[in-house]
Amino acid sequence: MNDMLKVSASPHIRSKTSTDKIMMLVAIALLPASLFGIYNFGIRALLVMLISIASCVATEWLYEKGLHKKCTIGDFSAVVTGLLLALNMPPTIPLWMPIIGGVFAILIVKQLFGGLGQNIMNPALAGRCFLMISFAGPMTDFTVPSGAFATVYDTVSGATPLAAMKAGETVELMPLLIGNIKGTIGETSAIALLVGAAVLLYFKVIDMRIPGTYIGSFAVFMVLYEIFGMGGLDINHLLCEIFGGGLILGAFFMATDYVTTPITQNGQIVYGCVLGILTGIFRMFGGSAEGVSYAIIFSNLLVPLIERVTIPKAFGKGGAKKA
Amino acid sequence: MKANSPSERLYNGIIKENPTFCLLLGMCPTLAVTTSATNGVGMGLTTMVILALSNMFISMLRKVIPETSRVPAFIVVVASFVTIVQFLLEGFIPSLYDALGLYIPLIVVNCIILGRAEAYASKNGVISSLFDGIGMGLGFTLGLTCIGAVREILGAGQIFGFQVMPSAYTPITIFILAPGAFFVLAFLVALMNKLNVGSAKRKIDPSNSVSCGSGCASCGNAACKGKRG
Repeated sequence: MNDMLKVSASPHIRSKTSTDKIMMLVAIALLPASLFGIYNFGIRALLVMLISIASCVATEWLYEKGLHKKCTIGDFSAVVTGLLLALNMPPTIPLWMPIIGGVFAILIVKQLFGGLGQNIMNPALAGRCFLMISFAGPMTDFTVPSGAFATVYDTVSGATPLAAMKAGETVELMPLLIGNIKGTIGETSAIALLVGAAVLLYFKVIDMRIPGTYIGSFAVFMVLYEIFGMGGLDINHLLCEIFGGGLILGAFFMATDYVTTPITQNGQIVYGCVLGILTGIFRMFGGSAEGVSYAIIFSNLLVPLIERVTIPKAFGKGGAKKA
Repeated sequence: MKANSPSERLYNGIIKENPTFCLLLGMCPTLAVTTSATNGVGMGLTTMVILALSNMFISMLRKVIPETSRVPAFIVVVASFVTIVQFLLEGFIPSLYDALGLYIPLIVVNCIILGRAEAYASKNGVISSLFDGIGMGLGFTLGLTCIGAVREILGAGQIFGFQVMPSAYTPITIFILAPGAFFVLAFLVALMNKLNVGSAKRKIDPSNSVSCGSGCASCGNAACKGKRG
């Protein structure tokens, strides 16, 4: 029987890729940043992560059980949402806040819109913005708890690098790359994040189209801003803006979420450019020093429009009109 | 209950066709001023007074107002009452006047008021129009008070200005900001629909459907209430 040829309709290309494998890879790719966060901020960061993940998975399970739907906690998407949510929180956050953020992210942003594949914005980021608007104080309290770096390095005192730059101070680039700075649990170390991003790129979970255009258009915006707004190009300031804050985390791990990004290739480029420009505007002209999360959820909402204007012409359709 | 009787009109406005939860009319003040239960009550009662008076007057004038220019005529009547109420509020309840702000003049174009004028008062008698206005106004007040109370409890830990949550409760500020209005409205409408589906199911007897005759089992009309219920 095994010798029988299977005759079937196209498409004939098969792939073993599945949602749970992709989500597992994303979780693995987030490990370097997570481990660095635990090393940097101490065991409390691990606690925040575990609570956030547990809250997301439990919410998904309870909702699907309660409404007699197919249980989807096995696809790891709730785990990734919970982990991303935790990486976007300061380590000192009261431990009940990740629970509320996880419930909001999964219940309201994801499940009420129809579950994975139907959510209109990135659940983790929407959860973060919900907490950010509700509890602005604890969400921006970057006092360093008793982690490894608190005792070893002096550089951890003071404001986050972005806030310092907003106040007009000069920031050194090296700590931003290594990560011994203040910030949310997962955003501090650019190198750890880039290692994770390289894993995703190697396994072709993501490609460079969105992160490349995002960071590129942000860099162009910053160069123009520096020339016209600050009176001269400042390479150190430019690099610090790119590697400081949540830009790397957002560009590689959250702006590339399949559900909330355009499916057309040109659309992804437009989307990346919108992200870069919005992030620049929010950071330079907005009230707070950071703008990545708002830029991403705002652009998520533009995705249907972007897809509509960038839909490619089917072969044989359109073309030059006859005179 | 007899159709168009005062009690039927009140029941219709408060429960059956509640403007906030069933008709989803007047969403602008519903979302904007319900930051606290007090504001909800204030806005609802202000609208109710104007709605009852304008319904009554439009019903009185319904034979005089020409069909072709009825909407401008309705707006003149409504705007007169809004102006009167605005001056009264400014003079006697300045705190409520400040809290409602721009939304008092905007009552002129509230869909509930124009909707009731168009759909009911211009076609029915004075007394039933007056009670229609009161019923709709009370329904609106009830809706705004519910939304305002939920938002105030979650977003400030208070209700009508009194602390109800324990002091350890951290207010979830987003609920007294604009996004919270949408969340609370959506959840309350969902809750109302859940309750209404239950009562609608009891009313429809599938074996004895009047409109199609043959009963639901052999019927292919998926849009039919008997099937959906």
